Amino acid sequence: MSETIVIIGAGQAGGQAAETLRREGFAGDIVLVGEEPHIPYQRPPLSKKFMAGEMPLERVYFKPPEFFETEQVELKLNIPATRIDRERKIVTLCGGEELAYGKLLIATGARVRTLDIPGADLSGVHYLRTIADVEGIQENFAEGAKLVVVGGGYIGLEVAAVAVKRGIDVTVLEVEPRVLQRVTTPEMSAFFEQVHTEEGVKIRCGTGVTAFEGGGKLEAVVTSTGERLPADFAVIGIGIVPNVDLAEEAGLAIDNGIVVDEQGQTSDPYIYAAGDCTNFPCVPVGRRIRLESVQNALDQAKAAAAAMAGTPKPYTQVPWFWSDQYNLKLQMAGLNQGYDEAVLRGDPGARRFSTFYLKKGAVIAVDAVNSPPDYMVGRELIAARAEVPPETLGDLEVSMKEIRQKYT
Amino acid sequence: MPKITYIEHNGTEHEVDVPEGWSVMEGAVKNMIPGIDADCGGACACATCHVYVDDAWREKTGTAEGMETSMLDFAEDVEENSRLSCQITVTPELDGLIVRMPRSQH
Repeated sequence: MSETIVIIGAGQAGGQAAETLRREGFAGDIVLVGEEPHIPYQRPPLSKKFMAGEMPLERVYFKPPEFFETEQVELKLNIPATRIDRERKIVTLCGGEELAYGKLLIATGARVRTLDIPGADLSGVHYLRTIADVEGIQENFAEGAKLVVVGGGYIGLEVAAVAVKRGIDVTVLEVEPRVLQRVTTPEMSAFFEQVHTEEGVKIRCGTGVTAFEGGGKLEAVVTSTGERLPADFAVIGIGIVPNVDLAEEAGLAIDNGIVVDEQGQTSDPYIYAAGDCTNFPCVPVGRRIRLESVQNALDQAKAAAAAMAGTPKPYTQVPWFWSDQYNLKLQMAGLNQGYDEAVLRGDPGARRFSTFYLKKGAVIAVDAVNSPPDYMVGRELIAARAEVPPETLGDLEVSMKEIRQKYT
Repeated sequence: MPKITYIEHNGTEHEVDVPEGWSVMEGAVKNMIPGIDADCGGACACATCHVYVDDAWREKTGTAEGMETSMLDFAEDVEENSRLSCQITVTPELDGLIVRMPRSQH
């Protein structure tokens, strides 16, 4: 007897799970529910090529529209799920429609963290998470327009890089003493601050926002240092919050995300979860984490779908990320939290260098700028928990190939 | 629309139409052809879209440069005709292109 698998969330995890279910031979019905009007699409290009106008919408889509017909995945788009009834195994959609499931995948992702300050609802104040958000931001793209970016994280810096190339006057406000503080070393932060400054972006660290002002439309951003910065539009990128409400109301275990195992299974054996909304045991990192990344969304969705199809393939990959800004490609692997030593390899002045993070002698993470070998070998070193002497990692006379050969 | 033939490591062939301007990787991923993962979506960030370009087509596809070369340096089973398929843009000249998949992308 075939059963129905319902997927709540038509993001990359939801789309990947549908594909993997079919690839693993699942022949029952698949229903994919999404609250956005779009079929699953890729989020990384939103703050990069799609925002820059270098990638049309049909290429942003994760799969072409025909995919869902060919693979017989029923789409319920533009409609949020409102309730999970675990007793009756039913998902209720907004409007009252009920979907019975044999197994359920929750891939509800995350929503933007909002700034609750005066004027935050003014026209011209934007967040960035969806295609619709990007389209709203792009309407303000005019040479000489004034943009204030709130938040010097990856999203904020990527937006700044795209906008300044369009001749927009960009100021980035970061409340911490340096950009990317949460994720990288002071040296790496300084490098990115310098690159953006050279490109014409004004970066103000240690500066928060207290209000947005304007008569109906944004006119100025008031900072915590008491300045009033004229602005035609603002983009807020201060992080995301996992969408766990449905799971929580259904009584599933929650702990900074929906608690799942290596297979993506929740505390209910008929319910799985994948992507930004989960808290999972990260095998190479050796502890439970919640990750906001496309790698995690895809790999975890593959694992969950394989388990749901009866062909388990646990999720054990080393986390990896990237960011594109100007002609820089920043490639990152592992998680650097808790590092006790950071080793610089290469020359930031040449815009080609990397930082290796060590903990008790073992490589736990790498951030590589325009240095694919450091990133590629770094991934292997992290997976192997390799102990490489810092002086070796920092020595350009020793190639990454030699390091790989000796330590993995 | 240019036709591209993708040959899986087990010999299974897939011939599909790929729009001009797309990458060879997108032609595979969006047609659900197994063997190319391309988890980064074509940002040259993951090296999981490795293919071998058929010898007859190597001149037309060109060879790897810059970032792509150094990513490929660390992929598995790399040969002289290896490319990252996200870095090959489909043009009318590539109508008939044949690429083969490696044993694994990891």
